[in-house]
Amino acid sequence: MKQSKVGPWIAIIIGTLYFVVPLIATFEFSLRMRRGEYSFDSYAIVLADPRFQESFLYSTFQSLATIIVGVLLVVPTAYWIQLRLPRLRGIVEFLTLLPLVIPAICLVFGYLRLYNSSSWLPMTGNDTATSVLLMFSYVALSLPYMYRAVDTGMRAIDVRTLTEAAESLGAKWPTILFFVIFPNVRVAILSGAFLTFAIVIGEFTMASLLDRPAFGPYLQLIGANRAYEPPALAIMAFMITWACMGFIQLFGRGARGAAIGTV
Amino acid sequence: MAFLEINNLRKSFGANRVVENFDLAVERGEFISFLGPSGCGKTTTLRMVAGFETPTSGSIRIDGQDVVGLHPSQRKVGMVFQSYALFPNMTVAQNVAFGLKVAKRPSAEIGTRVEEMLKLIKLPALGGRYPYQLSGGQQQRVALARALAIKPRVLLLDEPLSALDAKIRVSLREEIRAVQRQLGITTIYVTHDQEEALSMSDRIVVMNEGRVDQIGTPFEIYNRPRTRFVASFVGTLNILKAKILDPVSGRIAIDDQDVRASRGIPDGRAGDIRTVALRPEAVSLENRVSDRNHLRGVIEEVSFLGSVVRIRVQFNGSSISLDTFNNPGLPPPERGAPVTVSFAPEDLLVLEGTEAA
Repeated sequence: MKQSKVGPWIAIIIGTLYFVVPLIATFEFSLRMRRGEYSFDSYAIVLADPRFQESFLYSTFQSLATIIVGVLLVVPTAYWIQLRLPRLRGIVEFLTLLPLVIPAICLVFGYLRLYNSSSWLPMTGNDTATSVLLMFSYVALSLPYMYRAVDTGMRAIDVRTLTEAAESLGAKWPTILFFVIFPNVRVAILSGAFLTFAIVIGEFTMASLLDRPAFGPYLQLIGANRAYEPPALAIMAFMITWACMGFIQLFGRGARGAAIGTV
Repeated sequence: MAFLEINNLRKSFGANRVVENFDLAVERGEFISFLGPSGCGKTTTLRMVAGFETPTSGSIRIDGQDVVGLHPSQRKVGMVFQSYALFPNMTVAQNVAFGLKVAKRPSAEIGTRVEEMLKLIKLPALGGRYPYQLSGGQQQRVALARALAIKPRVLLLDEPLSALDAKIRVSLREEIRAVQRQLGITTIYVTHDQEEALSMSDRIVVMNEGRVDQIGTPFEIYNRPRTRFVASFVGTLNILKAKILDPVSGRIAIDDQDVRASRGIPDGRAGDIRTVALRPEAVSLENRVSDRNHLRGVIEEVSFLGSVVRIRVQFNGSSISLDTFNNPGLPPPERGAPVTVSFAPEDLLVLEGTEAA
């Protein structure tokens, strides 16, 4: 029996309008800076603002550092859980989900109590140490996404047999991890990395309360004081996020063939 | 001293004993198969030799060296897995070269060795392909080349042909055996396929419930099974209960009809009930030869299998199957027809262990 396609099409059209109309409106408003005509003035002003460049560079650097530390923490953990400690999987999954249920403000106040300038590990005493603390807080914040992405990638390959095959050929675990496991969960790592990038680049609460010059607080500052620049920034932030999603799709497609040969 | 010696090997997972009292001595260059049903402990034993499982007790010595305490990467043992386990991110040549690179061999030597191995497995032109671009049979040949490239002391194969279709299985098993003979490498092959074990091995270790039931050449295992399990697992077999009439001369009764074994039954007593076995191909409808055993019965079932006709004959309570070649000039017998079957005394296998009457 042939089913009608009208219903699904209506749902798609409503969904698309729900997401696209506000975006179009925001974009249209961001072009209205010059009276009576459309222009990209608001974008030019934002891009020329040294605080934009500083904060964007700072957040980009924080994202990259977060991704590197996150990957070095999550990949070996997921590998050992898969290989030797499968019974701990539930506990680790629970721990990695905590940042989703604990509000960022609670996390950051916890950090401030633990690592304030009079604590046993004073990490808020200078800018560099506070930036490092912020980076670790971002690692915690991105754990649910990074762990899930990497764990899914690990489950898609036969980690145990690949490890045993490499061991029988004389390899020790660092070689196995870097030359056999890492390349085969590359797509999963990249997915986690782009999600992390998208989260860190716009994060406000932690950066603001730790008083760091990140992109999130800059977005908030501009939003509170200007009219046309905030929608321009919002559109730019959306484009960065979309670019990340696009890269996930791009790399995911490229690696499909590689996954076929694992089993 | 044998090249590979396994003594009193045991393995338990909690309260579950998986391998018990496993003893085996393998000569250099020998091809040994571990044969048994799923869960009999054959793969666990192989994995203990490879170092992926730690024995609960016992010793494993390769070329005089006790390897039980060694990490798998230090044992110089090549392993081929059922799922091929080729590294998907590497080409065929990179896969074969992996072990040599880990051993930090000079790149010229690695190149030569990889070429040599690819020629050996008859895939010299496929070095640049990725595993997903190969068929299952080709992937398993690459896995074999990768395991052999490091010149292992022992080659272990864990059901390497199970994932392949029947035709490729037959051709690949011949190739594996040819490569093994060419290199003279000591090999242990795990399989649950009796045909594979019989056709490839110098000796077969038949395992059941974690224990070794019999070790012998394929000829011995097939023709002289020692236990009921070996007899029933290897090949098709008629299993019958028989009463010992005279253990000295080997006279026994099957369904009250006298027959004799080719020799005496030294561990039996008159009146004991024993299990006897007969291969279908050893039984014939020909009854004119006087020095053969004869049993009278009725034809219960006739199955036409093409080149072979399988006939089941019912006696006074038990039945046996026999195979005859298809003869287009002679139609198969009718069901219900009385018949006399015969077999040579030496084909009657009296198995160990007394049965309840």
